[in-house]
Amino acid sequence: MNSRISRRRFVTGAAAASLLAGCDSRPITSFLRAMKDWNAGFEAALFSPSRLAPELPESATTPEDDFPEYYISDEAPDVPPNWFLTVGGLVERPRRFMLAELQAMTQTSMRVRHHCVEGWSAVASWQGLRVSDLARAAGLKQDVRYVEFRSFDSGYWSCWDLASAMHPQTLLAWGMNGHPLTSGHGAPLRVYSAVKLGYKMCKYLAEVNFLALDSGGYWENQGYDWFAGV
Amino acid sequence: MAASAESLPHPRRQQPLPIRIVHWCNALFIVLMAGSGLQILIAYPYLGPRGALYGWYPLQGVAPPQWLTVGGWLAGGRHWHFAIAWFFVINGLIYLAYLAGSGEWRRRIFNPGRDARAAAAQFLYYARIRRRPPPHDFYNGLQRLAYTSIVVIGAAMVLSGLAIYKPVQFHVLTRLFGGYDGARVVHLAGLAMIALFVATHLVLVALHPKEIVAMVTGGKRE
Repeated sequence: MNSRISRRRFVTGAAAASLLAGCDSRPITSFLRAMKDWNAGFEAALFSPSRLAPELPESATTPEDDFPEYYISDEAPDVPPNWFLTVGGLVERPRRFMLAELQAMTQTSMRVRHHCVEGWSAVASWQGLRVSDLARAAGLKQDVRYVEFRSFDSGYWSCWDLASAMHPQTLLAWGMNGHPLTSGHGAPLRVYSAVKLGYKMCKYLAEVNFLALDSGGYWENQGYDWFAGV
Repeated sequence: MAASAESLPHPRRQQPLPIRIVHWCNALFIVLMAGSGLQILIAYPYLGPRGALYGWYPLQGVAPPQWLTVGGWLAGGRHWHFAIAWFFVINGLIYLAYLAGSGEWRRRIFNPGRDARAAAAQFLYYARIRRRPPPHDFYNGLQRLAYTSIVVIGAAMVLSGLAIYKPVQFHVLTRLFGGYDGARVVHLAGLAMIALFVATHLVLVALHPKEIVAMVTGGKRE
């Protein structure tokens, strides 16, 4: 069982869906779209900004070789030379951060269960900076409702509701199980959160933008749930 | 037979209209829920977390065939599953409310004191160990056991489904099922039990076609 095969299945699924869309009748499509919107509202209503995912003991950790590594490029993308994180959008203090500058801010670590949309779960500990701390440093303007995470992995991105991004268990992580992220897990910096499905957790992070409007996402725009909370 | 099944307020059809409507809606919803659930299973046809698959599960890596599925791909299966889930739950609640309000529960719900022996005797009859069927009224003991168990299994499906859907927001519920991967086990086992129920149900109504007529027209008043 290797992750590349699963990822291929994930992608073939997308192709199958576009084929299927041709033979779907309009009322059924409208019905499913209406229910999808309804469920997005339901998910947002169920989400509690303060409810924490249970922290797990070290013994629950998944062997790292068994923790799947997903990316959309053909190979795990290399860190660009002179990498930095751009923080922008509707903020008082837009700026670029070197990794060391982020690491000099508040640090936190958590060991929680990862939930993939495919149905598997795995456990690791993640070290990083809370997105809420970054937001505080950047100073959000009044109109911010969404947070967009953009990568250098062939343009992969995902846009989040602000509340989930501000959850105390949503991090910009540079470490996994106590060591720096490997290239398969999104080096040098990725989103890691206890409250979303894996595909919302943008790896190979390049930009964080605080927005007034939703900008969708790589899988979200192909039909996957946008809220995708757990 | 103190709390007799006959003690309904007035004569009524074998299958009153609300029960017929709920039954046929449920038949459709179960097909769609099972098909979309199998579509979701295809994405990860394993039980147990990554790196610690459950050794006792014999079907690790065995994906259900595509013709049994609804939705076409993972996202499509999820949209169907989470859409129909609402109708499945509401339909089930209507059924329970109707049973309670109409008194129908008296002749349908398994009451161990009244039905346990009758169910055992009925089983022996089906197993050809007993010659004659035990006396029964509206339903025999095994029917009551089956139609009551399937409601309990349906409730377990809803709860284990919620535990998988929101393992963080509902983490207390998820823990009751032994965690996220435990809830997936319960959810799949529930599907297997529902499939067994439906298969048995279809064989038995094929042997007693009058019951299908009753579930369409309501049948005679009794």
